[in-house]
Amino acid sequence: MRATAEQILRPDEVPQACRQLAEDGARLQMAYAWFPEPGEPPEVLYLADRKPHEPFPLLRCRLSSTDQSLPSLATRIPLLGWYEREMMDLCGITFHGHPEPYPLVLHEGARAPIPPLDPRYPGDQLIPFSAEPWQLPPVEGGDVQVLPFGPVRGDVLESAQIVFYYVGEAILHCHPRLFFKHRGMEKRFEGLSPALGVLLAERISGVDSVAHSLAFCQAVETACDCEIPERAKYLRVVLAEMERLYNHLHYLGHLCHTTTLKVGEAQGKLLAEQCKQLNGVFTGSRFLRGLLKPGGLRRDLDLEALPHRLRRLEPEIMTYMQSLETTNSHLDRLITTGHLPQQTAFDEGASGPIKRASGIDRDLRCNHPYAAYDRLAMEIPVRTEGDAHARAQVRMEEINNSISLLLQALDDMPQGPVEAALSAPPGAEGLGWCEGPRGSIYYCVHLDGAGKLARVKVKSASFSNWRVFPFTVHDTNMMDYAINEASFGLTMAGCDR
Amino acid sequence: MPIWTLFGIKRGVATSSWPGREDADVQTGVLGLPRFQPDRCQEHCRACADCCLPGAIGIESGSSGERLTLDYGKCIACQLCTEVCPVDALKKSSDWAFGVRKREDLVWTEALASKPAQELTAKIQSCFGRSLHIRHVDAGSCNGCESELQALNNPYYNLHRLGIFFTPSPRFADLLLVTGSVTYAMREPLLETYNAMPEPRWVMAMGTCAVSGGATAGGYSCAHGLEGILPVDMYVPGCPPNPAAMIHALLVLLNRAAQLVHGGHYAK
Repeated sequence: MRATAEQILRPDEVPQACRQLAEDGARLQMAYAWFPEPGEPPEVLYLADRKPHEPFPLLRCRLSSTDQSLPSLATRIPLLGWYEREMMDLCGITFHGHPEPYPLVLHEGARAPIPPLDPRYPGDQLIPFSAEPWQLPPVEGGDVQVLPFGPVRGDVLESAQIVFYYVGEAILHCHPRLFFKHRGMEKRFEGLSPALGVLLAERISGVDSVAHSLAFCQAVETACDCEIPERAKYLRVVLAEMERLYNHLHYLGHLCHTTTLKVGEAQGKLLAEQCKQLNGVFTGSRFLRGLLKPGGLRRDLDLEALPHRLRRLEPEIMTYMQSLETTNSHLDRLITTGHLPQQTAFDEGASGPIKRASGIDRDLRCNHPYAAYDRLAMEIPVRTEGDAHARAQVRMEEINNSISLLLQALDDMPQGPVEAALSAPPGAEGLGWCEGPRGSIYYCVHLDGAGKLARVKVKSASFSNWRVFPFTVHDTNMMDYAINEASFGLTMAGCDR
Repeated sequence: MPIWTLFGIKRGVATSSWPGREDADVQTGVLGLPRFQPDRCQEHCRACADCCLPGAIGIESGSSGERLTLDYGKCIACQLCTEVCPVDALKKSSDWAFGVRKREDLVWTEALASKPAQELTAKIQSCFGRSLHIRHVDAGSCNGCESELQALNNPYYNLHRLGIFFTPSPRFADLLLVTGSVTYAMREPLLETYNAMPEPRWVMAMGTCAVSGGATAGGYSCAHGLEGILPVDMYVPGCPPNPAAMIHALLVLLNRAAQLVHGGHYAK
């Protein structure tokens, strides 16, 4: 696969190779499987990130037709636990010795005749399903109460169920049950042309439309060895940062909602609305959709008036953030809430602002620059406290960063075409990545013999961060739960896909 | 705390006067669903149908040759058809207020039968007056619709001023507002929520996914929106519908605004 450093391995060599990667300081990013030929055994791939500016290490292992199993690595590399369970559910691969050998992506009672990601699974056949009880940690003692909250929750929230084990106000254990919204998005890419695939990528997570479609487009461009024009690179930076801006402002408003700072909530959400209106005025879509395509952009944008509009908005945003940072009632609820230690963040796979608030200074825009980020100056904000306040502070600094990046990119914007011709060579493969508002997003794209999409793997930021989140909830209290969840800024759609 | 009181007073009123004043809907520049002028179509051209991911555009062969069919209930406003159409038969537009009561009003019909203005439904009027309580269920969306639904309560749109509220309990709800194409896992929670609502109750399919499944129709885990799952009183296609389109649809349901789309034709 292009953009990676590949190693082809036998199944029994995989554990040692993964351990070696970890010892070299690499961090596993994801694992997935695909079926190169219908009816043949699957191939399992492990993607890691070792050093900035170096190709991503990729381990590839073709399973044998007689034994479709691998040893589980989840006890040594915990963040792989969810990826292995996903492969068990969707690709029918067995992982021996898995510490949590339960279904994850498909709910108990969903009985697929053949694994859904097997190309032989009929495209339009709904999975047979009858709800069954699911595996919950056993409880002893009469004082512990169990509260299943969801999947239909209060307000306008995405569907998910959070099961609390609690005594009075104290949460003993938190057990999220997710994937109610699993839409089988990866399967939908199969057989589409890359030009239509980008429409699906935009709809994996609506509020990360640019981040997902950008990672997808870059994966296709890498596979096809396509260099996009300079202007398109700068325009992509502008779109990605406009997306970050409205997301982070909404995040701050929503965080105020949970600390009951009403005017702060109103102002944060008003600023987010103003950014979405700017998106509408300059791009035709409040979610910046319908612009990216493999090879560049679908049309050029007239952004001449944007710097002026941003400069008018900037002082309002600054005043707002300064006011938040001097409001004791707000800060009292954030500081020390939902503490995530650095080691847990690293081991369990925390991503984006969450890991940067726990002392891990990684950002794909700097470490593996794409689009025009290597031409623009930026800093990676890092905090070591690992609490809700640190997570909010990292996002506030990212807002400053985004405005600065936007103004730089708009100032340096070259003229010229915005798309390059792209021809898809049969069987090409490519990796694409993007630092979205919620963290790192990776797309692995495999093309078939006709240049159509054979397999698209989506690694979203929320999938990583939902896995980490419960570690900050055990042994806390109910009053802080909503604040802590808001401080993570997660989406369900991105996680469930 | 006093600093925020002062801040609020100084900031003043941010709320839009729309829909009271026509020009302030602030969807300036926002592209809606494409506008269709079939008389411009070239013979044997299938460019738009070939690039339509959710199959909103189709080709129907009849005795008089091939004919384009268009179902706005499946349109995800991706604008690809407007880019490939060689003759502008499909054009970008700012037609976004697409809320309709009957599903067939989203399907383009050749000759538009003149429909009388929607009569006031005495039932809705007598039950709810001008107010409405909504229970939202996310049945498998991309979070785009939720993002715009959350925006309805920001100071700009301030839905409360129109007497429309979101309620946590289905027991207090008049309207079930559904987003997403209904995954196998959300089907049961969705039906349970509906069954927990007192009658009379209404259902709104918000966003193209809930109307027809859109880009995420079918497959191994999704239904085709609310088709065949719940009776729907209001269809609002859009990917996602913008907040003004959502408010417009809610007001159409309450007979406080006129439906703009009939037989696929957009009248403003």
